[in-house]
Order: sequence, then C-alpha cells, then structure tokens
Amino acid sequence: MCTYSTEKIDVAASSGKGPDGWFPLRTATVYYDHPVHAPDAHTVNIDFLNPDRGPGARVAVELSLDSARALLEALQVTVDRAKHH
Amino acid sequence: MRYDAVLAETVGIQGADNDEIEAYAARPMDGGSRGGVLVIHHMPGYDRESKEIVRRFAVRGYNAICVNLYSREAPGAEPDDAAAAARANGGVPDARFVGDAAGAVRWLRALPTSNGKVGTIGYCSGGRQAFLTALELDIQGAVDCYGAFVVGTPPEGFPWRVQPLADRIAELRAPVLGLFGNEDSNPSPDQVDELEKLLQTHGKEYEFHRYDDAGHAFFAVDRPAYRVAAAIDGWQRVEAFFATHLSGKA
Repeated sequence: MCTYSTEKIDVAASSGKGPDGWFPLRTATVYYDHPVHAPDAHTVNIDFLNPDRGPGARVAVELSLDSARALLEALQVTVDRAKHH
Repeated sequence: MRYDAVLAETVGIQGADNDEIEAYAARPMDGGSRGGVLVIHHMPGYDRESKEIVRRFAVRGYNAICVNLYSREAPGAEPDDAAAAARANGGVPDARFVGDAAGAVRWLRALPTSNGKVGTIGYCSGGRQAFLTALELDIQGAVDCYGAFVVGTPPEGFPWRVQPLADRIAELRAPVLGLFGNEDSNPSPDQVDELEKLLQTHGKEYEFHRYDDAGHAFFAVDRPAYRVAAAIDGWQRVEAFFATHLSGKA
C-alpha cells in the first residue's frame, strides 16, 4: 500500500488451508504495510499464495511488530530443532 | 424539496487492449450537464471505501467512476485477495493503467449528461496514477492524494513496476491539486518539496496542501491513519478544485 516494500519467496512442498480447504502453496509475499483488518497503522503481513488456483487461494496474516518478532524467534527455534530430527 | 438521488452500479468498460473490465459508476439522476470524475482506488484495491468515494462525488453533482485495476489478475475476487494477487505480481503496469484510465474517461464523456470535462483523483498508489493520467490523457484536473514515486527512486530490488515521473513534468497537461501528510514517508515531505520545485520550474498550474499530524492515508475513514481535520480540509480543497476545473462547458 504505502511502504510498497515486498519480499517474495518460492514455497514448495508446503500447504495452506484457505476458505475452500487445503491447497498446495507456491509463493509467499512478506511486507510491512497497512493492514486490512488488524488494529494498527502498519503490520507485518504475510500472504501464502497459489496463483494457479486464483486469488482466493490465499492464507493471509497481519501481525503486529511484536507478534512478528515472536514468530520469527519461534520459527528460528523450530527450524534449528528440526536439524536434530 | 431538492431531489437527491444517484444511480450507482457496476458497469463494464473497454480498458487497455480493448479488454472489458469492471468498474463502479455513480451518477446523479437529475439530468443536467456535469463534469466527470475518475476515482483511482488505493493499493488495497477496488473496495467498499473506494465505492463510497464514487458515490460521494455523484452526490456532489458529478458523474463518477472507479475502475477495478485488478480486474485481470483477480476477476470477481474479494478486494483484499485481489490486492494480494496484484502485489505478488509486481503491481499494475503503467501502460495498462493508462489504457484503463483512457477507457474510463471515454465512458464518462460519452454520458448524455457529460459537459465534456473530466478530472481524476487517486489515493496512495492511485495518487501517482492520477498524476500519470494528467501526463498521458486529455483531462482538466488531477488530484494526487499522497502518491509515492511521482518523484524519488524506488530502492534497489524493489519489486514494484513503477518508474518515477520526475523527468516528465514538462508533459503535464492539466492543473494538479496535491494533498500530503507531513508525517508520511511515501511520499516524504522532501519529495513533496522536490515535486513542487519541478512544477514551479516548468511553470505548471498546481496547488499543494500539507497537513501536520497526518501521515499516509489520512482520508481513509476505516483505518487508524484517518485524521479528521486533514480529511475535512482536504475534501473542501478537492471540491473547490473540481468546481473550478470541471464546471461549465468544455
């Protein structure tokens, strides 16, 4: 919207659950910008997408900066732990 | 008793490459001859609030239309899903936007109540597109509400397909009203200064208003960015600008 900055990654061998059930994910965009729903001026937004299945094939989150930091930490811990399995 | 009625409806118009695209139009129902306003939606898309703005212009006596700029990526999708798809796709290419805007301007001028004059107003990414419209098309006025990258260079690795318009100011074909928040960073106050200098250098007709205690999206009534004082003054400036440039005969 207004910061315009967007990180885009390929997502493979992953799935998300949208309004029509589970679907395979292809990409994700991550950006810090105005949310649609969260009660703040800016949030960290993530859209997990499968463009082949149309714009509705989307899992979206809008995270406060504190929540995004906590998620980042949890992901780091989880990914590190996964190395040992 | 004054008859106060507008017709608001979805219409199909011919956009870039003669594609039929979706738009939302509102027109006063009391006949007469009037100007037209092309409303350019913000980056979050062709949403309920954008449609409210279209109806507001009709209530103020204009024929108004807003094109769904994400019609192709996401026909019939929810506005937030459509905006996400467009963002992942790098946004709306300028050439396609101009073709879609040209279709909307043609549609407005073809109305039996048109006086031949058309103005445009855009918010956020639409602010830049309103400015672009005034470079590319025969219109009578453009309102840029906090559009980023009219001047300023997108950062390296920037995924958005926009080019700055700074080197094209000489081509500007219509007066511009610019409304900006002093707490915005896209565009920053420095960028607004730079744009103003360019408009002065090229002798272009413009009017800028900058608001303290306001950042980006201060017109957005459903967001925390809303600033009532800036929005009220801004709407008055918009109405005065269009009254000046869209009234009478072309």
